[in-house]
Amino acid sequence: MTRSARLVGVDVGGTFTDLACFDAETGLFRTAKVPSNRGDEAVGFMGGLGAFGAPAALDAIVHGTTVGTNALLERKGARIGIITTAGFRDVIEMRRRDRPQTWGLWGDFEPVAPRDFRLEVPERVLADGTIRQALDPAAMRAACARLLALGAEALAIVFINAYANPANEKAALAVAREIWPNPHVTASHEILPEIREFERSSTTALNAYLQPVVASYLGKLEDALAQAGFGGSFHIVQSNGGVMSTAAARAFPVRTALSGPAAGVIAAAAIARAAGFTDIITGDLGGTSFDVSLVAGGEAALAAQTTIDFGLVIRNPMIEITTIGAGGGSIAHVDRGGLLAVGPESAGSRPGPVAYGQGNSRPTLTDANIVLGRINAERPIGGALQRLDSEAAAAAIATAIGAPLGLTVEDAAEAIIRVANARMAGAIRLVSIERGHDPAKFTILPFGGGGALHVGALIREVGLRGALVPRYPGITSALGCLIADIRHDAVETVNLELDGLDAAALAARMATTGRMTRQVVAQAGLPITEIEVGFALDMHYLGQTHTVAVPLPARLDAAGVTLDIGMVRAAFEAAYHAAFSRLLPGLPVRIVNLRTTATGRRPPFDLMALAPPAGASLAAAGRGTRPVYFGGEWREAAIFERLDLPPGAVIPGPAILEQPDATIVVDPGLVVRVDAFGNLLMERLP
Amino acid sequence: MTGPAPAHGLDPVTFAILTGRLEQIADEMDATLYRSAFNPIIAEARDACHGLYHAESGATLVQGQKGLPIFVGAMAFAVRAVIDRVAREGGLAAGDTFLFNDPYLGGTHLNDFRLVRPLMREGRLFAWLASVGHWLDIGGNVPGGYNPSATESFQEGVTIPPVRLFRAGVLQQDIVDILAANSRVPRSNWGDLNGQLNALDLGERRFHALLDEYGDATVAAALDAATARAEALMRAHIAALPDGTYRFEDHLDNDGIVDAPLTIALDLTIAGETMRLDFSRSSPPCRGPVNIARSTAVAACYVALKHVFTDVPANAGCLNPIRFEIPDTTFLGAAAPRPVAGYTETILRMIGVVFGALAAAAPERATGAPFGTINALSVAGHRPDGQRWVLFSFFGGGLGGSPASDGLNHANNPISTATMPPAEILEAAHPVMVTEWALRPDSAGPGRNRGGFGACYAFEILDPGGAEAALLGERGRFAPFGVAGGGAGALNRFAWQDGAGAHAPPMASKITGIRLGRGDRLRLETPGGGGWGDPLTRPEEAVARDVRRGLLTPAAARRDYGVAIDAAGTVDAAATAALRAGRSA
Repeated sequence: MTRSARLVGVDVGGTFTDLACFDAETGLFRTAKVPSNRGDEAVGFMGGLGAFGAPAALDAIVHGTTVGTNALLERKGARIGIITTAGFRDVIEMRRRDRPQTWGLWGDFEPVAPRDFRLEVPERVLADGTIRQALDPAAMRAACARLLALGAEALAIVFINAYANPANEKAALAVAREIWPNPHVTASHEILPEIREFERSSTTALNAYLQPVVASYLGKLEDALAQAGFGGSFHIVQSNGGVMSTAAARAFPVRTALSGPAAGVIAAAAIARAAGFTDIITGDLGGTSFDVSLVAGGEAALAAQTTIDFGLVIRNPMIEITTIGAGGGSIAHVDRGGLLAVGPESAGSRPGPVAYGQGNSRPTLTDANIVLGRINAERPIGGALQRLDSEAAAAAIATAIGAPLGLTVEDAAEAIIRVANARMAGAIRLVSIERGHDPAKFTILPFGGGGALHVGALIREVGLRGALVPRYPGITSALGCLIADIRHDAVETVNLELDGLDAAALAARMATTGRMTRQVVAQAGLPITEIEVGFALDMHYLGQTHTVAVPLPARLDAAGVTLDIGMVRAAFEAAYHAAFSRLLPGLPVRIVNLRTTATGRRPPFDLMALAPPAGASLAAAGRGTRPVYFGGEWREAAIFERLDLPPGAVIPGPAILEQPDATIVVDPGLVVRVDAFGNLLMERLP
Repeated sequence: MTGPAPAHGLDPVTFAILTGRLEQIADEMDATLYRSAFNPIIAEARDACHGLYHAESGATLVQGQKGLPIFVGAMAFAVRAVIDRVAREGGLAAGDTFLFNDPYLGGTHLNDFRLVRPLMREGRLFAWLASVGHWLDIGGNVPGGYNPSATESFQEGVTIPPVRLFRAGVLQQDIVDILAANSRVPRSNWGDLNGQLNALDLGERRFHALLDEYGDATVAAALDAATARAEALMRAHIAALPDGTYRFEDHLDNDGIVDAPLTIALDLTIAGETMRLDFSRSSPPCRGPVNIARSTAVAACYVALKHVFTDVPANAGCLNPIRFEIPDTTFLGAAAPRPVAGYTETILRMIGVVFGALAAAAPERATGAPFGTINALSVAGHRPDGQRWVLFSFFGGGLGGSPASDGLNHANNPISTATMPPAEILEAAHPVMVTEWALRPDSAGPGRNRGGFGACYAFEILDPGGAEAALLGERGRFAPFGVAGGGAGALNRFAWQDGAGAHAPPMASKITGIRLGRGDRLRLETPGGGGWGDPLTRPEEAVARDVRRGLLTPAAARRDYGVAIDAAGTVDAAATAALRAGRSA
């Protein structure tokens, strides 16, 4: 088993590559931030790694990547072919017969494989798993040859009802593997043995679409690491917040779609747990969007399915990240009906806010923060610009917002911030109140550079318990790579009625799948303290099409799995009641899917490694005061160098805390306290 | 350009914040029902809608963004019907909840059950909450309710006038029992009713919390301001159109009883910032089930305008600048008990006609006609254990080409945001096998930007006891039109194959009582959308791409686009130039 004395987490984002290095022997923690190199991310990766000395001296690297995400969003995946059951080659193009917007009929859709790259073969399995027509291997061979002649680099095989019986798909896969010149072949039963052909087809096709891209990226990294003498282990963070081997990432690249953000949520949960909080909401404010996730009882909420873009659906458990189009670069405007709106149109990071002086003249949320003195115009975050043009930002706000609404420039800027806060609050309500969670029990944990500007307002707007600002908000995702557990998920459609359930048979099936998933985790090659295998069922009343996720108290142990009908029924009723508050006694209940998760616990990471150095003092951290606009008036706000604050320091608002990659606003009426880890705990004044 | 400042001393920031909060509550009500509904028409097809309505007028104040578009227009009439009933009888109490499905009191058809509940604040009515959802079956001659041969609404199902399902919070079990006794699928209806109650409960809690937080007067002011804003936006859009009267007509194949076309004729007049929609020249009320109530007709126009002017918020203010002429001498303003089960076909044609008339006023905003039929297909039988099964679904087609792009392939209709049940779900739930689920070649209306392609769906019956099928569809004789020089999409086609050979319905796309045995097959081919712009100006490469993809035959490429091309997609440039020059001359 690998030693992991020197461990590095690397998160490659769109603009920056963040790195965190932890030396278990010395207890030393270091960070690094370098520009990402779009198009050849391996360059930024290796450059950043150099900050920690020779890669040969490192023992393990865990990586959060956006290579898959970007390939999907920019449609830069591989040229793929799809082979389907006769009559079904158009499934990925026909979707579920939806359209991009409720209102407005413009727009079209190009699937990741054009129709001439989608071929059909004779074969048929019925819904009950009966094979009506066996696969014709000759037709399969001919289809593969045709796709190769067209130039397909990867292949997806999706047969109807393969979830009920994968025999024909397995036969097709065997034929394809004989012919296909590379390993980029995916069959739907391997990716998602679950009913609903569009979701399964889309997920399988996107996996094939990403395979060559992700494999080539990982190959480059592995070559570069080997060349640099690195001999340790190298792992990838999945969208479910767990870590997997690079072999698994090559086979299931679709599971990396939210790799980086998922790592951030995992780190946020760990930081909060260490600080004594198990119920948190993470908020990541970027240039164009605000991403929110919920962690309840220490567990990050997972979504079963995510839509990357219209028609591009991935059905695989992923950390549930709710995104709204409100970021620092979001443009504020007054519409023709007189409504002040912020976003979703964004100036992004280029040209960026008006104050960046890069050609945008429409005011953004960041411009409002600058004009009100909340962001220090002389100390731009990220370090790329020398100073920010506060005057230009003020002029833009006066013209676009102040004049039409009859507000002073300060009040117009504050109005922009309040409307943006309201949109962020809406996203928080969506993941909390709308999912049955009481926000008064939750603490918001901002990460990324911008979130901490707004958390104070969000505490009040949503009625949150408080905010926890980690010591290094900008490298949260890299830190998550150091912390994340190893994880493997499996889903299978079982379609069983609860009445008369053969619990022993289901328990045996759970044990089989449980052992398989545990095996995957055990082989990942990172040190772990234990492997836990858990189960959930997707269930509903017979006749419903949607299901509720029902976590089972059953666990896999040496003897297998113990299960009885009463346990399943009680778990279903608890989950259904929590979701809808209205049970339907007397109606039959069905178990649709079995979900199995194996988690390999990594050795605990002592977050005290991040704590402020001894000898810090509040006085030495002070940087005087400056006027900041709060609630309709200019106030003198105390300014502090955040990283120089000692544990135990208490600072009442109004105050601004600055650090190289983040700004923290303490509104009047709020107070922050520095905890032993160097986190800031923000609360309402009693 | 700026609009009016919000009224009643409401500051712009509070207005902006409350606008978002109110919409979020309606969205959450929608989502609650989708997740807890029993029948796939709500759960998957989202045939439902929720909102908040004006205490006195019933006018729409707030609607969910995902609500079925046609209901967004129709719900105000439904709430109005309850208001009228309460005005007549008095005695409104907190905890009352009204239930009804009368299509002449609130639009659409009998399957759509409306629940209306007062939102009471300190004993006074603040506003109404309402929920509407499509129940799977409420009796009538045909399972699912889409009876193409109905001549009275009594043959379409049971009609429930506005009755109190809850009196001061107490469920009236008698009503539930009457409903259960009149459906083939009482369990499904009971589940959906509970889902709608879940949504109303949730909405009531959320609105009370919002009113407690901001104060009733502030929220009321924000609701007024939102209505004023929608009106201002709509007036600005109308004012930007050139004044004048624009005429457009389209037709239904027949009413399912009398095999003669029905005309929807519109005279659309723009005068300054007002619009008049006059449908007086349309056909008279008909015997078959394609009549609609006036409220349904107004709702259809609302849907059409919202698709063109997408930024106008979904509340009653947007209809203030518009006058309607929908006389009861037309089948668009029919009265009870004229049958209405096929209302979708009529409103789809009306929406197309509004698009067609606006295309003359503003071609840069126009789209070719959407495919324009829901194709309500039911296939039903009895399992060996005697239990009844009913496969019921609506089918997709192509949307029209637009100035920006080709039309979307295999989309839902403009009245809906419905997603379609997957073939695997249909096969798992019913003894049928899907033999084809594909795009339909040569179905898109040609154009510089062509329409989207329709689809082919084919089923084989697996039930040893056989099955009975019915279809209510349209566009079998009048194809979806193109605009700005674009051509029409393909006609709808339906056929079935039994031991005696292939058959097609005598009334094109409307038929009941098809008897099918095990191994017999059904096939439905749906229209594509109409094209936008002259097809002779479509780039050759775009035509060649469709040929390579097997979506356009070389013969159609030559006929519709003047492109000489072989089956492999190779264009003969010289022959194409000659063809195109000859056509445009």
